[in-house]
Amino acid sequence: WLAKVLWAQLLCGWVLGSELTFELPDNAKQCFYEDITVGTKCTLEFQVITGGHYDVDCRLEDPDGTTLYKEMKKQYDSFTFTAAKNGTYKFCFSNEFSTFTHKTVYFDFQVGDDPPLFPNENRVTALTQMESACVSIHEALKSVIDYQTHFRLREAQGRSRAEDLNTRVAFWSIGEALILLVVSISQVVLLRSFFSDKKTTMTRVGS
Amino acid sequence: MQPCVLALLLLALFCSRAPALYFHIGELEKKCFIEEIPDETMIIGNYRTQLYDKQKEEYLPASPGLGMFVEVKDPDEKVILSRQYGSEGRFTFTSHTPGEHQICLHSNSSKFSLFVGGTLRVHLDIQVGEHANNYAEIAAKDKLTELQLRVRQLVEQVDQIQKEQNYQRYREERFRQTSESTNQRVLWWSIVQTLILVAIGIWQMRHLKSFFEAKKLV
Repeated sequence: WLAKVLWAQLLCGWVLGSELTFELPDNAKQCFYEDITVGTKCTLEFQVITGGHYDVDCRLEDPDGTTLYKEMKKQYDSFTFTAAKNGTYKFCFSNEFSTFTHKTVYFDFQVGDDPPLFPNENRVTALTQMESACVSIHEALKSVIDYQTHFRLREAQGRSRAEDLNTRVAFWSIGEALILLVVSISQVVLLRSFFSDKKTTMTRVGS
Repeated sequence: MQPCVLALLLLALFCSRAPALYFHIGELEKKCFIEEIPDETMIIGNYRTQLYDKQKEEYLPASPGLGMFVEVKDPDEKVILSRQYGSEGRFTFTSHTPGEHQICLHSNSSKFSLFVGGTLRVHLDIQVGEHANNYAEIAAKDKLTELQLRVRQLVEQVDQIQKEQNYQRYREERFRQTSESTNQRVLWWSIVQTLILVAIGIWQMRHLKSFFEAKKLV
């Protein structure tokens, strides 16, 4: 009885993936850690949503400090690996190369498989046709939700750029109107000032 | 057999959402996470804190007296949840407007001496929409068979997809409005700029001509 309970406890240790969106200020580095058991297949996926040139440095290290993945100034990437050691894996996002733009970064860290729907999954019989149909629909819908998430992030990125462009166009048009007026009036004033000085010398020469 | 199933069910209830991912947070530091979600979506957040013990040089589990302040803001910057929880907590909220919700956490150290020069380790797990459902609980409450529970899960997933699609339509409209506004502004600006240039050119020539005629140079 106790053995079954403990074994179920181990099963429950397979948690769902973590998916977070956070803001990374300029010159900042944010690290996340997770304890992973050997043999687990993990996937790290990240995307920069807003900010600057939409790029970030990412680095993934295993418990001994060996770098498994390192990319500089990447906008989007996906990395799959199988844990070779037990221990704490660490992945960091760095915006240290940027001086004044803060970035919004989304990441999805999937560890192992999803936990089964029922805790007592030690079945003797195979799945019925209905149940296996349900399982395949579930997997298909999971990938639909995944694609929706990616689409939402891309759309957020596009919208952020469009709103930036809109603001820039507004400021630029007002700024250019002012510059035009100032330059044209000062041109006329300057030209007038040239001829006002010379006039006295010219009349003296003339007479 | 019965107590075994009950024990497994209880275990599933308690440990199915054990937060595994963790990060470090300073004493006065506020960590915010953004969740862009459609409306009527439930979000469940679980967190667990550990404090670094300098003497033992390791992280102590669940330090007492060290609470976390959780604040959730909706897309209109209105606070919808603002509560202090203990060193281990679970917060739930449902969105009523679609958009970017901000979940902020910062520590509320009541015993300042515990935290001096140290960092707090925070385990966090945020589940959105269909993932927030606890199927073991639903099966027990509604007395569903295995097949019924699987179909229920599919229904929840399709629900989430449908909500997301609705939200997508609303967002696309906003995007289109911004793009059309930019288009209009660029169009108006080019017309206005041409008119300003021509008008200023004419004014400059006329003004200078009258100026030189006054000065008897022309």
